[in-house]
Amino acid sequence: MARKSNQPEKKLLVIEDLRVSVEEKEILHHVDLEINPGETHALFGPNGSGKTTLLMAAMGFPSYHITGGRILFRGEDITYLPLDQRANLGIGLSFQRPPTIKGVKMRQMLEICGKGEKDPESMAQSLDFEEFLDRDLNDGFSGGEIKRSELLQLMAQDPDFFLLDEPESGVDLESIALIGKVIEGLLQRETITHEGKSRKELKRERRKSGLIITHTGYILDYLDADIGHVLMDGELACSGNPREILKTIKERGYDECVRCCVNR
Amino acid sequence: MGLTQEDKKALAKDAREKVATFGSDIDMDAFTPETDEHPYVEDISSFSQTEREQMLKAGVDLGAKNRSGTFVQKNLSVVHGRSSQEGMEIMDIEEARDKYNWLYDYWWKAVPVDMDKYTARAELHQEHGYFIRSLPGVKSIYPLQACLYLEEDNLAQDVHNIIIAEEGSELHIITGCATAPHVRSGLHVGISEFYVKKGAKLTFTMIHNWAGKMAVRPRSATIVEQGGLFLSNYVCMQPVGTLQMYPVTHLVGEESTARYNSILVATPGSEMDVGSRVFLKAKGARAEIISRAITTGGKITARGHIKGEVPGIKAHLECKGLILSDKGIIHAVPELEGHRMEVDLSHEAAVGKIAQEEVEYLMARGLSEEEATSTIVRGFLHVEIEGLPPELKAEMDRAVEISEKSLL
Ligand SMILES: Nc1ncnc2c1ncn2[C@@H]1O[C@H](COP(=O)(O)OP(=O)(O)OP(=O)(O)O)[C@@H](O)[C@H]1O
Ligand SMILES: [Mg+2]
Repeated sequence: MARKSNQPEKKLLVIEDLRVSVEEKEILHHVDLEINPGETHALFGPNGSGKTTLLMAAMGFPSYHITGGRILFRGEDITYLPLDQRANLGIGLSFQRPPTIKGVKMRQMLEICGKGEKDPESMAQSLDFEEFLDRDLNDGFSGGEIKRSELLQLMAQDPDFFLLDEPESGVDLESIALIGKVIEGLLQRETITHEGKSRKELKRERRKSGLIITHTGYILDYLDADIGHVLMDGELACSGNPREILKTIKERGYDECVRCCVNR
Repeated sequence: MGLTQEDKKALAKDAREKVATFGSDIDMDAFTPETDEHPYVEDISSFSQTEREQMLKAGVDLGAKNRSGTFVQKNLSVVHGRSSQEGMEIMDIEEARDKYNWLYDYWWKAVPVDMDKYTARAELHQEHGYFIRSLPGVKSIYPLQACLYLEEDNLAQDVHNIIIAEEGSELHIITGCATAPHVRSGLHVGISEFYVKKGAKLTFTMIHNWAGKMAVRPRSATIVEQGGLFLSNYVCMQPVGTLQMYPVTHLVGEESTARYNSILVATPGSEMDVGSRVFLKAKGARAEIISRAITTGGKITARGHIKGEVPGIKAHLECKGLILSDKGIIHAVPELEGHRMEVDLSHEAAVGKIAQEEVEYLMARGLSEEEATSTIVRGFLHVEIEGLPPELKAEMDRAVEISEKSLL
């Protein structure tokens, strides 16, 4: 089934003319998006514009029906590839609203995500989450705790491509710094050089990529996203420098931001 | 009490035809009432490999060092009964009856002899059963274990068990009911009367490992005195023809507690009508009933009944069912009954299929659909039981694990 795209290994993710319906209603219309290896993109857009839908469709959730277009991952057509196989290809998603699973402990979940190769204790430590290891997964977790739970699972899973759905919303100001640092690490975007490498070298070696939904943009203080996009009514209306986009949205609103984009 | 031996016999005779309130009616004459005697086995290691394996599946580990005593009844003969801890008694109920005159005071005190035709039968046809007792203030180091084993096809086994935790004592028991691999059908009527005295603690784990055409009618009741704790765990995840039981605990002492946990799995052809009920009759009494039921094609009626008779009591009932096959049925019947304003009774019941959202969540982390499903089912069956000794927990976990494999 795997079809090769025109530029095989170069692009990490290619979304072509994607149309997605949920419950018989088309949510995404003709979305195009390309992400290169090592790049992180930010996704903006008003509530209900289809941001979560785009991530869920890219991950392969069956209730998000792809009715047109295709998705390529490392050149392979994954448009109809099942969820678990996409996860095993190296795509990981942090949920905006994950379910609770009773009787399955956080610790057990981390073992599952890490295929038993990662130590839950030390991972939890890095997110100050040790005391949650023996709780049922997401059971009664607060909004901020949910975010840490999701991130921790991704840390264990260690995908190459991260789909992060509002990782910082509902997180207190102090914890944002912690979460920001962790995401920066997961996406290999540390700017502090180590092992005597220059920033340029680090960037070239960087393999991890991401697509991050954010409303506030706080997360951008911790990692420099390469490109930003605005999703409006199920269409990608604008792409550009993420900080500029955020600034325009903050100052003049989504509509104005898109208009200025179009006129440019 | 006032009832003499003769009175009880007479009541039983009158109740011989009395159809039980719940469960299908069993023609008890279809089963063989008698069989050959089995000799007493002094050395526990001389049980056959098959017997040991079958018993182990029901939580009774004949090779284990961490047991304070063992009782085994094979068909209608008690073949072993010995305690290894001072102050812990485990023996043939007949032996106990000879030894202790007072035992009659406990006989049919918790369970009414004329409850139905099964209690009547146990009075009129009873062959052995076990007596387990912890003396005042004695705490069991390791649990005691008892096994009722059926080796002959189509046999009727009618036993009467009495368990007493004397004042301030702690008693932990694992009991298993098992059949030999070739046994297909049979009848098991088991009367169990539990007495938890003042300040005593009794934890009881029962694992059933029957055969596909067995008819099983346990009749159990518990009386808990002041400050006493009764903790009962029941696991039945293997095929059974028809199983009906509705054990009851009477919390008669202030600040007494009862907790029931049941795990039921009904395979195709199995019919289970199982519940637990607690009557809270004294101030400060607490009760919790938790059940998990899964059907892969069989029928389960999961009952629960909490009755608050006095002010200042608190109890909760939780009943969850998972339907893994469209051929299966789960019927949850939770009942709360308050007789005073100041009672705090609550319940939570849910029956349905596995949540697709949960399966997908796990799949997004790389699990296949089957792996995701079994992880969720395992989580569903995993109930944390407060105050359960490690040996009892280990046997429960083992029973659950064995069955899980065949479940999915
Ligand atoms: N199961 C569903 N049934 C019906 N409509 C749905 C369903 N799921 C999503 N939608 C609709 O699709 C649209 C896009 O939803 P989506 O969750 O993608 O928005 P979003 O951009 O992530 O919004 P937010 O910023 O609020 O998270 C919304 O109008 C939403 O109501
Ligand atoms: Mg969203």
